Amino acid sequence: MKLTLRVWRQKNADAEGAMSTYEVDGISKDMSFLEMLDTLNEELILKGEDPVAFDHDCREGICGACSLVINGDAHGPERTTTCQLHMRSFEDGDTIDIEPWRAAAFPVVKDLVVDRSAFDRIIQAGGYITAPTGAAPEAHSTPVPKADADYSFEHAECIGCGACVAACPNGAAMLFTSAKINHLNVLPQGAPERETRVLDMVAQMDEEGFGGCTLTGECATACPKGIPLFSITGMNKEWLRANRKVSR
Amino acid sequence: MTRTLWDSTVGKKTVMAVSGIVMLLYLVAHMIGNLKIFFGPDEINHYARWLRTMGEPVLRYEWGLWILRVVLVTAVIAHGVCAYQLSRRDIKARPSKYVHSKPRASYATRTMRWGGVILALFVVWHILDLTTGTVHSGGYQHLHPYQNIIDTFSTWYGDVIYIVAVLAMGLHVQHGFWSAAQTLGAGSRTRDRVLKTVGNVLAALLTAGFISVPVGVMTGLVS
Ligand code: HEM
Ligand code: SF4
Ligand code: FES
Repeated sequence: MKLTLRVWRQKNADAEGAMSTYEVDGISKDMSFLEMLDTLNEELILKGEDPVAFDHDCREGICGACSLVINGDAHGPERTTTCQLHMRSFEDGDTIDIEPWRAAAFPVVKDLVVDRSAFDRIIQAGGYITAPTGAAPEAHSTPVPKADADYSFEHAECIGCGACVAACPNGAAMLFTSAKINHLNVLPQGAPERETRVLDMVAQMDEEGFGGCTLTGECATACPKGIPLFSITGMNKEWLRANRKVSR
Repeated sequence: MTRTLWDSTVGKKTVMAVSGIVMLLYLVAHMIGNLKIFFGPDEINHYARWLRTMGEPVLRYEWGLWILRVVLVTAVIAHGVCAYQLSRRDIKARPSKYVHSKPRASYATRTMRWGGVILALFVVWHILDLTTGTVHSGGYQHLHPYQNIIDTFSTWYGDVIYIVAVLAMGLHVQHGFWSAAQTLGAGSRTRDRVLKTVGNVLAALLTAGFISVPVGVMTGLVS
């Protein structure tokens, strides 16, 4: 395959960025999207140019490091992570636009790399349980109803990639935050901090400068892990409940 | 608690949902009241008088109506202020656009803000036209809505302003009802079809009910 790539290049956080055009040839349909970018970078390095910076780690769709808005879609045209997207989703001769996640709370570090530490601070605000750690406890000692376990697991699938924020026209982090809250709030292990968790995580989310939800649903469409839009409904319900319970 | 509610994006959205539902309930009652025009001048003029005596003898003349007005004005202001503040925040949270962008959300979803502004302007015009008579086209008569309504809808601009506003209201309710259910935590996967259907039916009934009045005047059914 021969492709034309239009890639966002930006030297550093303070520099002005712009789209730059590159041609790549000899791309196999079996390559992943990131391998295609590796091919481009090898050529750039041989030519003595600065390679395109992009985030990646596991390359198996589980870590949440890879990003990229491809032709206007976060993680590209398939419902998966960019590392699991393959070039067979494109045609020979295509022009592909590659941009970083766009949100005020995710500033660009370089080229396609953005700073997602706002997510870490949301987790620090309450995305954990305070049980003492040690050897794994006997699983049968804390019964969890099947429906609750399923609900928790569905939300635990969130890998914190930030595609929901990138896709949201308001740069909102509601889907990520709600996935993390619902994952723990439904379980007995998460019960002691049930109220403070939702109040503190939502407050931190606002503090970071993310936008609000207008229920356009673009986050859930972009999410590679299929976190549903109702996750946000669940968070709203928990938030209202916590406000009734906790007077502060 | 009040501070968390007002400081939070989720809290402001809750205020929008509650005030939106208050306005929505009012619109249903208002539409039913308007349909009385099809039963002749006595029906609707008598209804206008009842609006002032409702609640008697617990309340005095017009007290009930004034309570309703205060509730509605509070709802409109709370709704509008939250809409403005949240919209400002949303625009700031996404400062740079994608070079390659495509609109995806439904038309109703994308027009909530401008549709809301149209509704706010309409409400002002509507009150100056049919409540105070300030911008009324004929000789405005207090407590004679039958003739006042015919006067308004006998002008082309009266019809145009009203019909555009009602269509904007229909779109707003279509996305708004379902949104409010999510904001208040009432939505779920199993309940989604019911909520979407109720929102769509409500939007369609309100639109048809309100538009039938100018159409009735234009076609001569009401004269
Ligand atoms: C004063 C004029 C109005 C303005 C500026 C306005 C604006 C807005 C905006 C910006 C939203 C949020 C849209 C979104 O989240 O995508 C909204 C939601 C809503 N509006 Fe309005 N609107 C107005 C009047 C009305 C009226 C007359 C009604 C009554 C039917 C109404 C009912 C609703 C409802 C139920 C919602 C959903 C609340 C939620 O998302 O939780 N609005 N409005
Ligand atoms: S909710 Fe989905 S899109 Fe958002 S961070 Fe989690 S996995 Fe990524
Ligand atoms: S690189 Fe780990 S999910 Fe893509």
